[in-house]
Amino acid sequence: MSARRLWAIVLKELRQMRRDRITLAMIVGIPVMQLVLFGYAINFTLRNLDAGIADQANTAGSRAAVMDMLATGVVSAVATANTPDELMSMIRAGRINIGIAIPPDFERRRIDGRESIQVLVDGSDTAVQGAAAQLAQTPLDPLIVEARAPRSSTPPETPIGVVAFYNPERRSAVNIVPGLIGVILTMTMVLFTGVAIVRERERGNMELLIATPLTRSELMIGKVLPFVAIGFVQTTVILALGVWLFEVPVRGSVFDVYLASGLLILANLTLGLMISTKAQSQFQAMQMTFFVFLPSILLSGFMFPFAGMPRVVQWIAEMLPLTHFLRLIRGVMLRGASLGELWVDIAALVAFTTVMMSAAILRFHKRLD
Amino acid sequence: MSDRAREHDADAIRVRGLTKHFGNLVAVDHVDLDVPARRVYGFLGPNGSGKSTTIRMLCGLLTPSEGEIDVLGLSIPAQADALRSRVGYMTQKFSLFEDLTVRENLEFLAAVQGVAKARTRSRVDELIGQYRFGDRQAQLAGTMSGGQKQRLALAGAVIHEPELLFLDEPTSAVDPESRRDFWEKLFELADLGTTLLVSTHLMDEAERCHRLAILDRGVLVADGTPSELTERLAGRTFVVESGEPRRAQRALADVDGVLGVAQVGNRLRVLTGEDVGATGQRMRDALSGAGQQADVVPATPNLEDVFVAVTRADRQRPERAA
Repeated sequence: MSARRLWAIVLKELRQMRRDRITLAMIVGIPVMQLVLFGYAINFTLRNLDAGIADQANTAGSRAAVMDMLATGVVSAVATANTPDELMSMIRAGRINIGIAIPPDFERRRIDGRESIQVLVDGSDTAVQGAAAQLAQTPLDPLIVEARAPRSSTPPETPIGVVAFYNPERRSAVNIVPGLIGVILTMTMVLFTGVAIVRERERGNMELLIATPLTRSELMIGKVLPFVAIGFVQTTVILALGVWLFEVPVRGSVFDVYLASGLLILANLTLGLMISTKAQSQFQAMQMTFFVFLPSILLSGFMFPFAGMPRVVQWIAEMLPLTHFLRLIRGVMLRGASLGELWVDIAALVAFTTVMMSAAILRFHKRLD
Repeated sequence: MSDRAREHDADAIRVRGLTKHFGNLVAVDHVDLDVPARRVYGFLGPNGSGKSTTIRMLCGLLTPSEGEIDVLGLSIPAQADALRSRVGYMTQKFSLFEDLTVRENLEFLAAVQGVAKARTRSRVDELIGQYRFGDRQAQLAGTMSGGQKQRLALAGAVIHEPELLFLDEPTSAVDPESRRDFWEKLFELADLGTTLLVSTHLMDEAERCHRLAILDRGVLVADGTPSELTERLAGRTFVVESGEPRRAQRALADVDGVLGVAQVGNRLRVLTGEDVGATGQRMRDALSGAGQQADVVPATPNLEDVFVAVTRADRQRPERAA
């Protein structure tokens, strides 16, 4: 392996990339677009649900309870009603998602410790139902505390913030952004290298390259290296936007985040190279990329919980680099784990990379036949 | 080693029984070849005659089905890796990077071909001067004309000063002036000691070569210097002047012993088989039989006649078994 020839390939790739505006735009554009799409549009925990309020008690206590509920930000009041029946017809009509009904004997029920507020839900949307279940929990706790210990000397009540009462894992963005690093890297890295070799074959450059003293490893590694840098740029973009836009926590070390991302980048790049040695055209390479991309998104645990999948599907998922990366990145970013504790998934990614790279180099021949 | 070196001086390439099958197709059929060093050796043949396949096998890019190849004393394809730094290869299709500039392409090739780092800059500058890219070194290769691309490809192929240069139809997409210019470069290289193997389907290019092999459907049908090849046809070519050349052509086409009739302006160029005397008489009979007032005059054979003679002769033989 000659360092000079390897660098010649790297430099050539970088120069070509610099002139390829579409690829350049994709490097930053895809992470930003996906992050915004997933972060805002695909929101498993809903906010600002339309609520109707029927406060039949209309006491200081009941008004305070309503204000507390609105303060969570889960609901916003769009209508008022006189009876629970009116709320139900509003739900049927689709005017509101959630109805909050407070009975006339609210104060008495509260003191008795009986159910004092009813939250009516449009159960046809499970996400809304989930949100309402949370909402029902929220205001009761302080009320009970207040009711049982009136005029107590406990520390002054703090306003009920969403964060305090919501399990952070319930906020979609928190869960999605770390995974999104993996999804975006899987899509772009496989695609970039997937077309890398095929493109040279299509443009006729390959005949020139294989007639030179370049070795197979120099060619393969030289093609992969520039994209490692690009992968880190993408990781940085997603992390920065995630922290800035969605206040995603990074509880573990940032170094570990990059290390885990680096492992995924390498695994995906070698997979792309493998595709590239197999595909006959750039179009085929793209088709094969999506053949890998779809199972990655669906089976890795990014969208659906891994634990709920049938055994066979889990085996398939274990073959995908994204599955292991998700375990690493969620561990590091959300649970503050160190990579040492997650060594099994690290080993899996390293093994995947080694196998794919060797296979790609072996499959690639400096021959035309 | 000195024995070997002298051997190279005589023959840069020695090929025996070279054969390549692609499935049922025999692309190259038992070709024997001796290419002398420091000469421009031509490969003449129509498209699909096996020229590119042969060149690719000589470079080690394709594995022969049968036969022995010795290039610069190396056995190919076994020693193809050792050969790569000693030969240059200019592909039929432009294969440099269209999205790199002239200078970037040359720098890349210098690095992968192992031109010494200290020498790279001066070598690239030298080529940019020699191949007249002084004012275009920052231009993207993809935006250049056919002639410029081909000049750049040649500069790239010789960057490491190879002993042997393969050129696969280098001038197929180029205007006549660029072609003349290009061939001057080839002879300069030969004068400096490079052996060149050039494939072409153009007769005027073939005529320029020091030596020539004619390929037809994978078979080597003739080889020698252009003058040797044309001399073998002495007396077998005629020019027929006629007022109605197309009618005369039809009359002559079926005459026994006539191998080819080609119209050149108002004249017909006729090539006959070995039995010239009898064929000449039959031609005159056929012309008068068709009511044609035409003169049949002997002409000097050219390479096109040679080409027609060897390919037609082959066609009259029974079909070769694959």
